[in-house]
Amino acid sequence: MTAQADVRQHPSGSTDGAEAKDPHPTPSTPAEPSSGTGWTEVCPLEKLQPERGVCALVGGEPVAVFRTHDDRLFALHNVDPFSNASVLSRGVVGDLGGTPVVASPLYKQHFALESGQALEDETVRVATYPVRVVNGTVEVGA
Amino acid sequence: MNPRTVVVVGHGMVGHRFVESLRRLDTEDAWKVVVLAEENRPAYDRVALSSYVGDASAEDLTLDEHSDPLVELHLDEPVTGMDLAARTVRTAKGRDVAYDELVIATGSVPFVPPVPGRDLDNVFVYRTLDDLDGLRAAAETAIANAGAGRRAGVVVGGGLLGLEAANALRQLGLSPHVVEMAPRLMPVQVDEGGGALLQRLVSDLGLRVHTGVSTSSIAPDHRGGLTVTLSDDTELDASVVVFSAGIRPADSLAREVGLEVGERGGVLVDDRCRTSAEHVWAIGEVAAVKGRTYGLVAPGYAMAEVVAERLTGGDGRFSEADMSTKLKLLGVDVASFGDAHAASPGALEVTLNDPVAGTYSKLVVSDDATTLLGGILVGDASNYETLRGFLGENLPGDPMSLIAPAGDGAVGVGVDALPDGAQICSCNAVTKGALVAAITSGEATTVPQLKACTRAGTTCGSCVPTLGKVLASCGVEVSKSLCEHFSQSRAELYEIVMATGLRTFSEIVGQYGTGRGCDICKPAVASMLATLAGGHVLDGESATLQDTNDHFLANMQRNGTYSVVPRLPGGEVTPEGLIAIGSVAKDFGLYTKITGGQRIDMFGARVDDLPKIWRRLVDAGFESGHAYGKSLRTVKSCVGTDWCRYGVQDSVGLAVALELRYRGLRSPHKLKSGVSGCARECAEARSKDFGIIATETGWNLYLGGNGGFTPRHAELIASDLDTTTLVRTIDRFLMFYIRTADRLQRTAPWMESLEGGIDHLRDVIMSDSLGICTSLDEQMARHVEGYADEWAAVLEDPEKLERFTSFVNAPGTPDPTIEFVDHLGRRVPAGMKDGQPTDLAALGLGGVPITDGARIPMGAPA
Repeated sequence: MTAQADVRQHPSGSTDGAEAKDPHPTPSTPAEPSSGTGWTEVCPLEKLQPERGVCALVGGEPVAVFRTHDDRLFALHNVDPFSNASVLSRGVVGDLGGTPVVASPLYKQHFALESGQALEDETVRVATYPVRVVNGTVEVGA
Repeated sequence: MNPRTVVVVGHGMVGHRFVESLRRLDTEDAWKVVVLAEENRPAYDRVALSSYVGDASAEDLTLDEHSDPLVELHLDEPVTGMDLAARTVRTAKGRDVAYDELVIATGSVPFVPPVPGRDLDNVFVYRTLDDLDGLRAAAETAIANAGAGRRAGVVVGGGLLGLEAANALRQLGLSPHVVEMAPRLMPVQVDEGGGALLQRLVSDLGLRVHTGVSTSSIAPDHRGGLTVTLSDDTELDASVVVFSAGIRPADSLAREVGLEVGERGGVLVDDRCRTSAEHVWAIGEVAAVKGRTYGLVAPGYAMAEVVAERLTGGDGRFSEADMSTKLKLLGVDVASFGDAHAASPGALEVTLNDPVAGTYSKLVVSDDATTLLGGILVGDASNYETLRGFLGENLPGDPMSLIAPAGDGAVGVGVDALPDGAQICSCNAVTKGALVAAITSGEATTVPQLKACTRAGTTCGSCVPTLGKVLASCGVEVSKSLCEHFSQSRAELYEIVMATGLRTFSEIVGQYGTGRGCDICKPAVASMLATLAGGHVLDGESATLQDTNDHFLANMQRNGTYSVVPRLPGGEVTPEGLIAIGSVAKDFGLYTKITGGQRIDMFGARVDDLPKIWRRLVDAGFESGHAYGKSLRTVKSCVGTDWCRYGVQDSVGLAVALELRYRGLRSPHKLKSGVSGCARECAEARSKDFGIIATETGWNLYLGGNGGFTPRHAELIASDLDTTTLVRTIDRFLMFYIRTADRLQRTAPWMESLEGGIDHLRDVIMSDSLGICTSLDEQMARHVEGYADEWAAVLEDPEKLERFTSFVNAPGTPDPTIEFVDHLGRRVPAGMKDGQPTDLAALGLGGVPITDGARIPMGAPA
C-alpha cells in the first residue's frame, strides 16, 4: 500500500460509512481517554499488515492498532477485559455479520473494531482511539 | 396412600430396565421399588462386556442411575431365600424384606461343563466385570512371566459369547484358541456356509479354531501354565482358560420354593410373565416364557416392559421375540435374523457366497419368494438393519438383488423403502414409524436427540448408523458449515483447495465464501494451506491467518507471555541439551516444567525475548517443538530394548524416526503419538492419536486415542506390522485425517464419524478401497521433503523478526503489564484473577509446609 489516499481515516466509534471518509477524525466516544496528549506515532503504514494488529505505547497505555482489508484503521485498548492480559493486538482480525472484529487470542471473545464492544457480552467494551495517517505514518490520538 | 412395595431380585440389564419402566409408567407413585443386587456395582451394559478389556471403563458401561426417590438399590446383598406365604425375601445380610409383588430377574449363570480341572486357578467364566478383572490380571501375569514364546488362552465354546471372549483375550495380548463342539462356529446363528467363512475370517486374524471337538481335561503344567487336552488328544498350552459354553437360568431360588420351572430350566411364566405363584413374576434370562428361555437382552427388555405395564394397570403381553443378532468380532460382521435356519415349512434359501470378497449372505424367503423370513450375513452385515426391517414383509425386489454386491444389479434398498412398522432398534423395540414421528414433530433433529427421546441405539448401538439414514430420509440435514463465512465443511473446503490450487485465503473466501473470515475459518484455511502448499506459516498473507500461537510460534499463557518448547524427539535429550535448556531458562527467568509428552516447557517468555531465546536454542541444536500448533506434538516412548529387561523392540528408535517424519505436520487438531517396546505399554501409546506397541515379530498399530475432556483408548487397526508397512499405514492415516476431518476434531471422534468406523478406515488405508493411497503417500512424501524448522527460518528473516516486539513504536521497551511474583517458590504471573498455589499443610492436611526455603531453589545454587 503506497498511496495514502487509499487509506480512509476512521474515527473510532463510528459505524457510518460516510463519516468514515471524514478526513478530520472527531474523537468523541466516551470510552476514549481524554488526556489530550495529542497524536502518537505508531509505525509506517506499510509495516501494518492488513488484518493483523500491532501494539503501540500511547501515553503509557498499550494500544492495539489494526488495518482491515479495505484499508480502514482502528485502535483499541490492548488489554482484553476478559483475561486482563495485554493481548488484543495479537488476535485474528475478520468480520462477523459484516462487522469488523478482532478475536481475543486468549478466550476468543470478539470485539467490534469500530466501537470496542464485546459481541459476547453487551456490558463489556474496550476503549477506542482515533487513528490517522500522516505522511505515511500511522498515528493514534489520546 | 402409601405406595406398595415391589421387590426386584437382581440388578442386571433387565432388572434395571424394569425399574426404569415401572417408575416411568407409575405416574401416581403407587409403587416403591426395592432392588436387591448380587454384584457390588449397579447394573451395567453386559452386551458391551468385551469393550471393558478395550476402550471402556466400568463407569462407561454403567447404566443410568435410578434417580427416582421411590427406588432403593441395595448392592452386594443377594437374596438367599423366599417365603411366598409370608411375602418376604431373606437377603445375605440376614434382612427380611416384605413385598407386595416380587420380580425375579436373577439372569443366568455360565454353564461350565464337568471337565476335570475346571476349578483350577486361571480358569474363568465370562459373565461379569469381576470375571474380566480376574482375566485381565491373569493375562498380565502370564505376559510378565512367560518371557519369550507365545502366550495363549483357550476359550471353551465357539458361540457368540465364546468369540467375544476370544476377542477379549486377544486384546489382552494372548493368542486365543477356540474349542467348539459343534462342527462350526456360532452354530445357533449361522449355517454351514456362513460358519465356514467365519472360521476362515477369524483364523486370518490369529484365532485358532478347533471345531467338532470337546475339552477333555485341564491340568497344570510344570511351568505354571495349563495344558488343555481335547477329545481328539490335541494338547494346547494355555495361560488361561475361559468357559463360555452357554448359560443356564439362575433359577435355584425359585426351585427351592417350588415355583414351576421349564423343561430345560428357567422359571416357568405365561406370556404375562406370571410365575406359578401369586404376586411373583420372572423376567429376563431366568424366565422360561411358555417353557422357552431367551439369552438376548431384547426379549428380556420386552418382559420387563410387560410386568411394568401390568403393575400399572396395563395389559402387556410378551409376543414372539426377535432373536436377531448382529455383532462385529475382530472386525468380522456376523448377523442372523428371523428364521435363519429355514425351519418354516416350504421356506426357500437364496445364498450368495463370495470367498474372494469374504462375504456370505443367505436370505430365507417364503415358498413364493415374496416374503422375507430370515437370513444370515457373514463378512459384511451392512444391509442387516434394512433387511431385518423387511422381516415378514413383501420384498421390494428379487431376493438375490438384495444381497448382490452394489453395482451388480442390486436395487440398493434404503430406509426409504422400509415400512413404518419395521423395527430399527431391536434392543428397545423402536420402529421406523416412531423415529419418523420424533423427527417430524421437531423433537429430534440430530442422532443424539433421536437416541435421547426414543431410546433407539442406546443399548448395543448397532442401529446408530441407520438412525442417521432415517434422519436424512426425513430431509433433516445436519449443518457442517465451517463458520458464517463458509457454508462448506472443513473436508469439503479442503477438497476445493486441493482441487483448485488456490493458495491464498483472500482468493478462497472470495470465490467460495463470504465476508472476510474469522478466528475459526482463517486458522483452518492456514492449516490446509500448510499441508497443501507448504512454505513458512508466516509467509505473506498466511501470517494474518494464524492464531496467536502459530503467529508467534509459541504458546500464549494467561498473562500474555509465552511458553517455549523445543522438540525432543522421542523424549531423548543429551546432557549438553539439558544444560543448554537450563541455562536459557535461567538467563531469561523462565519457569520450567516437564510436559506430559516427555519434553521441557519454559514459561513466562516475553514476546520480545522469543527470538533471543530461540537463537540460543537453535545454536544448541534444537528446533521448534510445534507445541503451539495444531500439528504433531510428540512421539512419547519407553526405553525399549536398549535398556529395558522386557523390551522386545527399539521403541526409542522408532519414536525418534516417527517424530522426525511428522514434525511440523499441520492437522485439524493436535496429534500425539507414543511407542511402547512391549505389551507393558509404559509409553501409554493407546491414549494417543496413533500408538504403536511392539510385538515379538513387529508392531501393533492403534488409532484414535486421546486423553483430554473425553478420554479414549486407541483401537487396534493391524497387528504384527513390519516397520515399512507400519510407517506407510500411519502416513495414510494422518493424511486421510487431515483431508477429511472437521476443524478441531481429534482422531477419535473423526473415526467415529466415518461410516463403517475403523473397518472402513482399514479398508481405505490398508486395502486402498477409495483408490487414494498413492495420492496420500505422495502428499506425505512432499511434507517430509519440504520440512524446515520454522524457528530457524524466522531467525534468518529480518521482516519476520520485526513481529516479535511488545510495542511497535518503542522496540525494546518491555511490556509493563507483565509482572511475575514468586509464590511459594514458584514463579507465577502477578495480578491475575484467580488460581493460587495449593499448600496442603495450610489446609490442615499435614505434611511439610510449603515455604520458599523448603522447595527446590529456582535459581542457581549459592
